[in-house]
Amino acid sequence: MTAAPPRPQTLGEKLPQALRETIIAALIAAGLAFPIIALGAEPDINNQLALQTRWSWVFTTILLAAGARFLAFTLETMRSRFVAAAGLLCAAFGLGTWYFAGVADPLLIGGTIVAGAAAIALGYFIDGDADVAPKKRTTVSAQDDTSTALAFIGIGVLVAFPLVMLFAFGEAGSLKWINNYGVQILIFVMLGWGLNIVIGLAGLLDLGYVAFYAVGAYTYALLATHFQLSFWICLPLAGIMAAFWGVLLGFPVLRLRGDYLAIVTLAFGEIIHLVLLNWVELTNGEAGILSIPRITFFGIPFTAEENGFAATFWLEFSPIHRTIFLFYLILALALVTNFATLRLRRLPIGRAWEALREDEIACRSLGINTTNTKLTAFALGAMFGGFAGSFFAVRQGFVNPNSFTFMESVWILAIVVLGGMGSQIGVALAAIVMVGGTELLRELDFLKQLFGPEFNPVQYRMLIFGLAMVLMMIWRPRGFIATRTPSIFLKKRKAVAADLVGEGHG
Amino acid sequence: MRWESQPLLHVEHLTMRFGGILAIDDLSFAAGRGDITALIGPNGAGKTTVFNCITGFYKPTEGRIAFARKGLASSADVAALTTTGKRHAHMPSGDIYLLERMPDFEISAKAGVARTFQNIRLFQGMTVLENLIVAQHNPLMQASGWTVLGLLGIGPYNKREREAVDKAKFWLDKINLLDRADDAAGELPYGDQRRLEIARAMCTDPVLLCLDEPAAGLNPRESADLNQLLRNLRDEHNTSVLLIEHDMSVVMQISDHVVVLDYGTKIADGTPEAIRNDPKVIAAYLGVADEEEAQAIVGGGA
Ligand SMILES: Nc1ncnc2c1ncn2[C@@H]1O[C@H](COP(=O)(O)OP(=O)(O)OP(=O)(O)O)[C@@H](O)[C@H]1O
Ligand SMILES: [Mg+2]
Repeated sequence: MTAAPPRPQTLGEKLPQALRETIIAALIAAGLAFPIIALGAEPDINNQLALQTRWSWVFTTILLAAGARFLAFTLETMRSRFVAAAGLLCAAFGLGTWYFAGVADPLLIGGTIVAGAAAIALGYFIDGDADVAPKKRTTVSAQDDTSTALAFIGIGVLVAFPLVMLFAFGEAGSLKWINNYGVQILIFVMLGWGLNIVIGLAGLLDLGYVAFYAVGAYTYALLATHFQLSFWICLPLAGIMAAFWGVLLGFPVLRLRGDYLAIVTLAFGEIIHLVLLNWVELTNGEAGILSIPRITFFGIPFTAEENGFAATFWLEFSPIHRTIFLFYLILALALVTNFATLRLRRLPIGRAWEALREDEIACRSLGINTTNTKLTAFALGAMFGGFAGSFFAVRQGFVNPNSFTFMESVWILAIVVLGGMGSQIGVALAAIVMVGGTELLRELDFLKQLFGPEFNPVQYRMLIFGLAMVLMMIWRPRGFIATRTPSIFLKKRKAVAADLVGEGHG
Repeated sequence: MRWESQPLLHVEHLTMRFGGILAIDDLSFAAGRGDITALIGPNGAGKTTVFNCITGFYKPTEGRIAFARKGLASSADVAALTTTGKRHAHMPSGDIYLLERMPDFEISAKAGVARTFQNIRLFQGMTVLENLIVAQHNPLMQASGWTVLGLLGIGPYNKREREAVDKAKFWLDKINLLDRADDAAGELPYGDQRRLEIARAMCTDPVLLCLDEPAAGLNPRESADLNQLLRNLRDEHNTSVLLIEHDMSVVMQISDHVVVLDYGTKIADGTPEAIRNDPKVIAAYLGVADEEEAQAIVGGGA
């Protein structure tokens, strides 16, 4: 690590440095943009390549880079951040309406841009001569009672959720809420919590987590279709199978750290994906495994027949029953994951994971077998991924390799990072924001009126979340909940400030 | 001379090569049970490398490191154990381990050799108390039924954890950090971090405690407290101490036995008085040309 250069203290020091940084960024952008963007070849009417110059693009890129660097430099202190964020929003809104909608109201556009620029300038001057010395590391006292109460309220809300939705929107209307929002978010909450053991606690950067999700899903799919085993038997088997693969992955990567570990786990995810695609005899390749037995209510199927769930419980048949049951099932699985993790944190193995994340050498000097410690982290994280996978399979009724791509791993990783590595509640919040956010994008039909009928907001989800990630990394680099809660205390549980907590090997 | 009559550690013909660098060259010495043994020498003499060999972080290129957890490491028994090819055996003279054959974590867990680091290695983001609980990992792991029972809430884990906390409190009280138990270790001032690292090592119940420059960066008062603590470890906790130290006043005041290294070889070995007057040490130590100056440094704190 290199020591950060001393921070500029006064406006007089800050302004020239900001300008210098801006110019450097502009030069770098120019250097990069020229070979990449400036010249392009496109087929003309006669289908011959014609050289085109795109100076305006180059110019825009340079301006953007310079602007972004200037902003980033400006945004280094707290107060200015909020003002500058407001400015950024104004400016973005102005530019956005101008670009997308083509609303040629120069007054509006110019007004917002100027307002944005003014806000940025204001933010700049507020902190220009403020004390920007590094903030004192303080411990924040976490209120145990409130968080316990909140947890109970949260669980209560979740338990009531499908019933409230059913009551509010009727059987047809509530399906979207229970399935697309409820079940989908909870799957990712569970995956996030599972991966959190590996990344957040043990500090091992795993980019191939989706492999275990896939192993769980295919284990259930294969066992259920070939041997007609019930979900409740397959669920633990899927977990064990995934844990086994977790250990298998663990062994070769034991000695790897950081980038190397990340790359090997990434490759592992890809290998599993490719095996699923190409081992056609076992997995049926691209087509996947169809007609997997659906979930039953402990043996009672959710069908309209005599012996079905509805008839047994004197209800009128409705497909929503199955969805509601799936909701409670994934809720239960996610809560089991959560409570197991919370309990593990208080056990020696959990403390050893965190110690491993902080300092592996010190762990070994204290007699901790770091090999076993890492392997159990991989195995337990994988196991919860496997549970989630078999739930996925029973919910969908079919599996194919397309559900288990690298993007899925990235998505889960983003949830963990955004939530705050190691924080259970942060990960849950992040899953709600990211998965729920994607679903919400589908609802934004009114944007079509603004941007034309072809506009599909869902296509912009990566762009939006990419942007959100970048902003998060600037403002809250350690995620929503960055502080660490100690696993034990003598007098008072004080949360540990994020900058003290290690990030592990990668 | 307990290092002759009651040796618990025998370093024999230890050689450590890093590529072309010969960091340790055929070094042999013994440390006595119940002694504070100081390992001194100029910068780059190879002291930390010796520690890393003893605690298993480096595999020595050549040599044998015999350690008697109980009893003493008699040369006949050590030789007998060496030929068996095993790492550990209960021999007539004592409970002997051959450290150069063991992985680092087992040296701490089984042989009972704990250490601290020249550049402090605390778990910065964990609290002071948690640091000391992590140090008791192995007994607690057993109490939690290797996690399975603990996860189900069966077995003696909760009771054992409370006992672990009591032990941590004992050591925190000893190093005057009890009221900071719930603060992050990384938040402590430097001197407190040094003492916490020693307490953490002590929580593993070591037989031999290896301290790499524990007084570095301490002010005189903290340094005096440290001397007190080390004597206390030796006298009341039956812990033998192996100490790397640059501050001669500390070395001369508290050590029972001094081993002097220079360029990876031993140039002197004896009581502090003998070392203080050893012309070889005076001539070679610290590479000081002026003999009077060397005398002043080596004889410091007398
Ligand atoms: N891992 C390593 N790889 C290569 N060379 C090493 C390694 N560790 C130590 N050395 C070399 O071995 C020699 C002895 O180093 P060592 O750290 O043991 O000295 P020291 O006596 O502890 O010095 P100091 O008083 O500065 O701590 C030095 O020349 C050092 O560069
Ligand atoms: Mg050293």
